[in-house]
Amino acid sequence: MKENKINLTLKIWRQESVQTKGDFEEFKVSVSPDASILEMFDELNNNLEKEGKIPIAFESDCREGICGTCGLVINGHPHGNKTHTATCQLHMRSFKDGETIYIEPFRAKAFPVLRDLMVDREGLDIIQQAGGYISFNTGSAPDGNAIPISKETASFALDAAECIGCGACVAACKNSSAMLFVAAKVSQFALLPQGQPERYERVQKMIIAHDESGFGSCTNTYACEAECPKGISISNIARMNRDYFVSNMKLQD
Amino acid sequence: MINLDSKVPEGNLTEKWMNHKFNMKLVNPANKRKFDVIVVGTGLAGAGAAATLGELGYKVKAFTYHDSSRRAHSIGAQGGINAAKDYQNDGDSIYRLFYDTIKGGDFRSREANTYRLAEVSNNIIDQCVAQGVPFAREYGGTLANRSFGGAQVSRTFYARGETGQQLLLGAYSSLNRQIKLGSVEMYHRREMLDVVVVDGKAKGITVRNLLTGEIESYAAQAVVLATGGYSNVYFLSTSAMMSNATAAWRAHKKGAAFANPCYTQIHPTCLPQHGEDQSKLVLMSESLRNDGRIWVPNIVGEKRAVNDIPESDRDYYLERRYPSFGNLAPRDISSRSAKYACDEGKGVNGGRSVYLDFADAIARIGEDAVREKYGNLFEMYENITDENPYKVPMQIYPAPHYSMGGLWVDYNLMGTIPGLFVGGEANFSDHGANRLGASALMQGLADGYFVLPYSIGNYLGDEKPEKADVNGADFKEAEESVKESSNKMLSINGKQTVDDIHRKLGKLLIDKVGMSRDEAGLKEVIKGISDLREEFWTDVKVVGNSEDINLNLERAGRVADFIELGELMAVDALDRDESCGAHFREEHQTDDGEAIRNDEEYAYVSAWEFEEPGKWNLHKEHLEFESVQLATRSYK
Repeated sequence: MKENKINLTLKIWRQESVQTKGDFEEFKVSVSPDASILEMFDELNNNLEKEGKIPIAFESDCREGICGTCGLVINGHPHGNKTHTATCQLHMRSFKDGETIYIEPFRAKAFPVLRDLMVDREGLDIIQQAGGYISFNTGSAPDGNAIPISKETASFALDAAECIGCGACVAACKNSSAMLFVAAKVSQFALLPQGQPERYERVQKMIIAHDESGFGSCTNTYACEAECPKGISISNIARMNRDYFVSNMKLQD
Repeated sequence: MINLDSKVPEGNLTEKWMNHKFNMKLVNPANKRKFDVIVVGTGLAGAGAAATLGELGYKVKAFTYHDSSRRAHSIGAQGGINAAKDYQNDGDSIYRLFYDTIKGGDFRSREANTYRLAEVSNNIIDQCVAQGVPFAREYGGTLANRSFGGAQVSRTFYARGETGQQLLLGAYSSLNRQIKLGSVEMYHRREMLDVVVVDGKAKGITVRNLLTGEIESYAAQAVVLATGGYSNVYFLSTSAMMSNATAAWRAHKKGAAFANPCYTQIHPTCLPQHGEDQSKLVLMSESLRNDGRIWVPNIVGEKRAVNDIPESDRDYYLERRYPSFGNLAPRDISSRSAKYACDEGKGVNGGRSVYLDFADAIARIGEDAVREKYGNLFEMYENITDENPYKVPMQIYPAPHYSMGGLWVDYNLMGTIPGLFVGGEANFSDHGANRLGASALMQGLADGYFVLPYSIGNYLGDEKPEKADVNGADFKEAEESVKESSNKMLSINGKQTVDDIHRKLGKLLIDKVGMSRDEAGLKEVIKGISDLREEFWTDVKVVGNSEDINLNLERAGRVADFIELGELMAVDALDRDESCGAHFREEHQTDDGEAIRNDEEYAYVSAWEFEEPGKWNLHKEHLEFESVQLATRSYK
């Protein structure tokens, strides 16, 4: 593969802690176009460590776009401007020699910056804990084929279930809403027969937890769908809203 | 002194687990809430165990170094999970799944454990369906299956190429339910740095709070480690960046025997390395071998473009050497064959890749059908390599992927420290010398949902509910030793970064303790790693301080442990003077390069007792096979 490196100027957000003010720091790098952006960070950090400087704090783990740990805002786009791609899957061939790249953390009131590019996304877990499950205990399940589920339904449910919980939808939204994230889980279970018994209770609990965790409301700008690395569709939000409406009616009964 | 009593129950193989469950002690439901259980790691085994123990009424404390318990690397598994459902009516059974697994592991696993794994496999599928895991379905609404390596039946359940993600999110949802109900307390961003042993029993752990740097202690009556495997010892592997051996290794240094460290799986279908600065290798699911054909050019130094090479000049080496299993030969054999082809000079793209070709599958079932089955994998490939695999064959090469070795456990999954249980990839028990595809998810969930919750109850049945005092001497001592080690690393201020040293370790290991090993190489590498350990403790440079977020310090601690473990891998590989599964000794092979096992002298589990860095005592658990005949593994 090619070994012609490209030269880039990086403006990277540095911030000591949640209490302190942050700012951009500039770095010049020369990098292989086949490297991923996080490999570029690894190399940059290795050089900083060698010089005795504090490396840039960023999070990542699987580097295959599935764990949801990584998440940088690159030139204004969560996970960069390539569609259906997590930060770790963004390769340097997407950039031109001589380009300046701005790299920031996911920004939202509900995601306080811990250091540099690391943020606290605990709110997303709290929403899941409120109702993102089917209540049953280990050992009580019937045979897997006891409930037939059409191929189409299973496929739609999986489309929603693919959410990696990275929080890009929140960072993309001008209201810092996590509705796409909530809707993905609500839809997965609303589509499946196993999810029916708790369907309306679930949507209530998760939306209340969402609002209480400091996320904003959805005003249908579709930015979340555009930036989602897994291409989760906003039709899930429509489905959730419908269920939420029905659940409110049921509460009035 | 280490006692390797496997505690395998008496009786017929098929009845052992049933009898054992009946004979286990039970804890009165009203007493369960008096018992605390610590679970470290929230992958399939850890989240499954924590959730189920919570459901049973125990007080569980679960720990992860991630920001969320959903990030554990079980999430990366792509292809699927095996179960003996026989929904395809193709002759599968619990016994066949057991036999394929024990044969795939080259008869180096414990028979009773492997049988139990196959036995509970069916419950796992039921459990996951009930959780709302959207497995692939047939048009009639029943569950779909596909084939995986080392099996001639179709028993792998899947959710596109994201099976691990869906299963982990299922376990995560069960865990969340228990967190909400208050039976599980969840601790994020905590890295376990020591296990605390009081009067010979595991009674708690010491962790570092990764946000504040504080060293914290937690007490319980039992501790579960479900902390994953150690493939990152090779630096470049398919494991996640943070995956490490530290929890298991610190337990080892506290007295837990480490078993079969040399059994490491190098997975055949990974993306080749693109350059020197690479920090991670990417796996392509083995399910691709269902339809992809693996080949290299017949001619050394082939210059023609790949699609111009005629059939007559292609060597489909797996189909040629293993006609009955073909491209679905087990992982160890497939990887070694790729290495041989490249060693002969037939490798492509600089010599370190082979082709995985879908042209025939596309001609047979059409591009759309191929996209339906593997679409996301093809996209991933194109994204990384900038090549379209629908048009040109993929290029693949083996990469470190899974560690069959791990902490020694008995039939109850308890290690040699009483009260310390080990589940999932972190233990050694079920896969022998080689793991078959789609068996890791099965084992993680088997341990988590269906084994540990029983066997821990059995252990607690004999324990008193009083908890150890976290201010006691044993806890304080563990805290002090953790602090001392951090301070030492921060004070060295040498010239090499943590990554520099880790890269060196990886190079030593992949060359000499990788897909093939020999005596001279192993002796050389033991010395090399021992020197590297010295280098680390005199020349590493770790910046920052310990009272704060410090990712550099986190990695330094992990690499220090990897160096010690790497040495033990080589020591173990040297001791095992036979070829079996993924452990291939050059000295023991047939004329056509097949492994020669030595059952007479080596049908044992190597359980290593730590004495000091670089010094271990070997204990042997002799493997007894009551039900299967030890046969030469043949996939021809």
